[in-house]
Amino acid sequence: MNEGAVRRSLSPSLDDRSQTGNAMNRFVWSLVGGRLLVALFTLVVVSFTVFCATAILPGDVAEVLLGQAATPEAVAGLRAAMHLDEPGFLRFVRWLAGLGSGDLGVSYANKMPVTQLIGPRLLNSLKLAGVTALASVPIALSLGICAAILRGSLFDRLLTFGVIAVISVPEFMVATSAVLIFAVHLRWLPALSVAREATSFLDLLRIFAMPVITLAFVISAQMIRMTRAAMIETLNTPYVEMARLKGASPARIVLRHALPNAVGPIINAVALSLSYLLGGVIIVETIFNYPGIAKLMVDAVSTRDLPLIQSCAMVFCVVYLLLITIADVVAILSNPRLR
Amino acid sequence: MANLVEIRDLRIGATTDAGRRVEIIKGVSFDIAPGEIVALIGESGSGKTTIALSLMGYAREGCRIEGGSVVVAGKDMVRLTERQRAAVRGTEVAYVPQSAAAAFNPAMRIIDQVVEVSRIHGLMPDDKARLRAVELFRALSLPNPDTIGERYPHQVSGGQLQRLSAAMALIGNPSLVIFDEPTTALDVTTQIEVLRAFKAVMRESRIAGVYVSHDLAVVAQIADRIVVLKGGEVQEVGSTAHILQAPSHPYTQALLAAFRPGGPPAGAAPAPLAQPVLELRDVVAGYGGLQSDGRPLVTIVKGVSLTLQPGRNLGVIGESGCGKSTLARAIAGILPAASGEILLQGKPLPSAAKDRTREQLRQVQIVFQSADTALNPAKCIADILGRPLAFYHGLKGAAAEARVDRLLDMVHLPRGLKHRRPPELSGGQKQRINLARALAADPQIILCDEITSALDTVVAAAIIDLLKELQRELGLCYVFISHDLPTVEAVCDQIAVMYAGEKIEQMSRDEVGARNHKAYTKLLFASVPKLDPHWLDSIENDPEVVAALSRR
Amino acid sequence: MTMVGAIPLPFHFRINLVGLLASCTILLWTLVALFAPLLAPHGIGEIVDSDYFGPMSAQFPLGTDYLGRDMLSRILLGTRYTVGISLAAVGLACFTGVTLGMAAAVAGGWTDTVLSRFLDALNSIPSKLFGLVVVAGVGSSIPVLIMTLAVIYTPGSYRFARALAVNVNTMDFITVARARGEGVPYIIGSEILPNILGPVFADVGLRFVFIVLLLSGLSFLGLGVQPPNADWGALVRENISGLPFGAPAVMFPSVAIASLTISVNLLIDNLPRKIRDRSA
Repeated sequence: MNEGAVRRSLSPSLDDRSQTGNAMNRFVWSLVGGRLLVALFTLVVVSFTVFCATAILPGDVAEVLLGQAATPEAVAGLRAAMHLDEPGFLRFVRWLAGLGSGDLGVSYANKMPVTQLIGPRLLNSLKLAGVTALASVPIALSLGICAAILRGSLFDRLLTFGVIAVISVPEFMVATSAVLIFAVHLRWLPALSVAREATSFLDLLRIFAMPVITLAFVISAQMIRMTRAAMIETLNTPYVEMARLKGASPARIVLRHALPNAVGPIINAVALSLSYLLGGVIIVETIFNYPGIAKLMVDAVSTRDLPLIQSCAMVFCVVYLLLITIADVVAILSNPRLR
Repeated sequence: MANLVEIRDLRIGATTDAGRRVEIIKGVSFDIAPGEIVALIGESGSGKTTIALSLMGYAREGCRIEGGSVVVAGKDMVRLTERQRAAVRGTEVAYVPQSAAAAFNPAMRIIDQVVEVSRIHGLMPDDKARLRAVELFRALSLPNPDTIGERYPHQVSGGQLQRLSAAMALIGNPSLVIFDEPTTALDVTTQIEVLRAFKAVMRESRIAGVYVSHDLAVVAQIADRIVVLKGGEVQEVGSTAHILQAPSHPYTQALLAAFRPGGPPAGAAPAPLAQPVLELRDVVAGYGGLQSDGRPLVTIVKGVSLTLQPGRNLGVIGESGCGKSTLARAIAGILPAASGEILLQGKPLPSAAKDRTREQLRQVQIVFQSADTALNPAKCIADILGRPLAFYHGLKGAAAEARVDRLLDMVHLPRGLKHRRPPELSGGQKQRINLARALAADPQIILCDEITSALDTVVAAAIIDLLKELQRELGLCYVFISHDLPTVEAVCDQIAVMYAGEKIEQMSRDEVGARNHKAYTKLLFASVPKLDPHWLDSIENDPEVVAALSRR
Repeated sequence: MTMVGAIPLPFHFRINLVGLLASCTILLWTLVALFAPLLAPHGIGEIVDSDYFGPMSAQFPLGTDYLGRDMLSRILLGTRYTVGISLAAVGLACFTGVTLGMAAAVAGGWTDTVLSRFLDALNSIPSKLFGLVVVAGVGSSIPVLIMTLAVIYTPGSYRFARALAVNVNTMDFITVARARGEGVPYIIGSEILPNILGPVFADVGLRFVFIVLLLSGLSFLGLGVQPPNADWGALVRENISGLPFGAPAVMFPSVAIASLTISVNLLIDNLPRKIRDRSA
């Protein structure tokens, strides 16, 4: 209450409207700028965490790389070359500077530059994510909005149960169920191996179908849940009741009064749901053997290829951070009082 | 036909949180003639808003119209289909909500929402509707009627929004308008302007109205007839003059009696001692860090000096945002004063509560407005009252229990209540517990921050009586903070008027209205509604003073 | 919502049918986790079938796995790992999170800002990725798994508890306690905690679900519980080659996970309610 009072008296007087407009804009942009600063700070903390988690590895990388037979001199030489004898913090700064300039280091496993390894794989993953988003966002939004409008109905209750069920099971269960249904029982699609080049459009469809179905289920469930909640919140406001008491039709109530005020929260829900793609993609690429960046990283973990793991982790974190920052900024911009 | 509205044996049921069905409107019947304004009056939970909404065939979520008929202009709203009801809403029956600020869509310009009624029902072309809207804005004496519609709801004040929502209701030329407590959230000086505008428009256009309110004095100004409700049943119906002059039902009599509170406790007039109990010297308080001039970033209280004599009560009166609550917080040390001195019995008090001794803290207790948030809902009454006993007096076990019983006796509550939790108590009971907790400390001074404003009239009057009784018995002093002149007059010997963070005037109770007040004081006192039905028409506030002082 | 099919419990509590079924399932898995060795018909490593990926039969109700071991026994014995590790992690995460959250809300100022910024940053690492990175760095063992899961879910618990506590902190009864001169420990323990306990318990349940899912996911990737031990996620991993044949060994561990997590979720939505009508 007191904070509110302060904000009210801090916000400029509303009588001078042109000045107000400028002040409002400045206020909004300072909020957005603040959010971006937080994102930057978060990135530093995240990279520090990733670096620490991978750098406290017991045993010495140089020994691992050179094998049992290496002479102590050779190990010491490699250590110096890799800056392993420097203090941890200096190595962190060196690594961070490398990341900043696009130098992601060299893979231990096959001595290739990490950038070259990640590039094509990242593109594959983005393709998968893009197709999934295109397929699921429209469906999930319509279902979520309909469920909110028809809340309490049989449709709403069935959908809500389905959503809880999908959210409560691991992604690999959705994937294995999809395989059982579409490949084993219906025999429409190949089961597991998709690690080959697509030769026709139909082929492409068959390659993408299973991973996309699985991922779409997982993120749609999240999106339906959040969209429904956002929409119900606006439908319960006094101004929606007022519209009803003005004699507005149900369609008008939803389209003119509820939806415009729910757009911000809904976009926020979409951005947050898309961030669930990242978790899903790790399982889906593994199970379907899809040549994306997540599969690359899981393989790197089994060979303990640290530069590759670190770089993949940072790619993931940056994408994730990007999505939740977009969600936050949209939430700020969509507040009609700040427009 | 003679009557515009005929309600017969209306029954409305609701579902409680536990899933039980209960009847909240138990067979209500009354009529409204064309052009007549009927007031529905009653305390919270009496069902007045539920009945008003049923005139539009609308029941809020969880409620259902279960029987009876609501005939408006020959149509039974209970039996119409939803589509037929929608056709009636806005054209024949229109609604003015309690909080216009919440009822306007924040994402649409005001004018678009006002003319939307005409657009929904295809009443007139858009440009004509806009002209009509501007006409209505002018009739409701809104400033800048030609351009105010272009703003968004958050860009205009509460009093203006309330009038804009009346324009929204009137644009469809309805034969009945429902006003749902439209001035309850407003300050008295704003309320007068809004009431005047409503009354003028309704008289002019001969529209029938239903005016829902808990405030008898407001209703007396605008209604032709009054329906008194309690517990979902009609207690009494009669013309305004009849209800005010010769109420026959005991509940109506209690309602009227609550309006005529007596003066401060008689015989409580000890000779003023040399040393005041509490003294404030030039207290400044606010929020945010201190600036270079030693004032906080947002200064709410701007140098207030007060003295409180032993055995006397001091009233602080002012409208929302004048700094009266902040002043109470500064005295209690919750919001440390930025500068100035607070003396308790002549000795300076540290400004922050955490720097005060336990003994100093014990002497000054604060009681808040909303008993709902002032009592921890997770603790039973015995624990709530027991804590200050243990904290200040080290009382435990049987001694503490006996003292809790005595405290409950003092505030006239049954002892069995001590095992209950606050959510199980009524509003009045909670406020008594709230007082009892302050009494448990055995204080010298109790700061009462709007303690009666969230209560129904009759319950509030009982609390005022209790305050006086406690003062007689315990020799306490109150600093009584309120926006309501009659309550302040009922309790206090000295009255201070606050405006924009400053104390602009102080007077004794006998001097109210009897001396040449400052312009704002005059406006504030004149704006307090009186039971006299001619009060609204008779007062003449200088429009320039109103514009300069009431920050609408 | 009306309480359809409300079933009365002692002390004026009522629960509906869905809630009752959910609590029974949870109770069942708890008992299994405690008494698995007594319940399992076969030893964990015992190869009992001549064939691998055997179908469901009277002798092996859930079929056999890729080595011909009894799936029922392996699932029963896997319960301990899934439920035990998750419980330990959720307890650790929520205890830390709730304590820090309340302290931050009451203390405010710099403590609050620093703690919130840091934990929010930690929250910005996708959970599976965090698991992957830690296992890559430190290797996988049960204590490491518990610690990692706890660290991953502490920020969320903190955020939740802090938001609740901030709301309670604005209430007048807190102001009254402050004006009375009460200290921070009393305000946290006696005024705030009792008022956030309900939602906090619901949050613990939800977080338990997340942890079970993450643990299963990590085990499925081969980064969780290591052979020869196996939790439910690891059971799916080792039998995934049976998927093209539709072997029951692939689906049943998933079904076990789903029955537990869905039950917890449904129980949270259908918690027993105390009937408290003022007039009743």
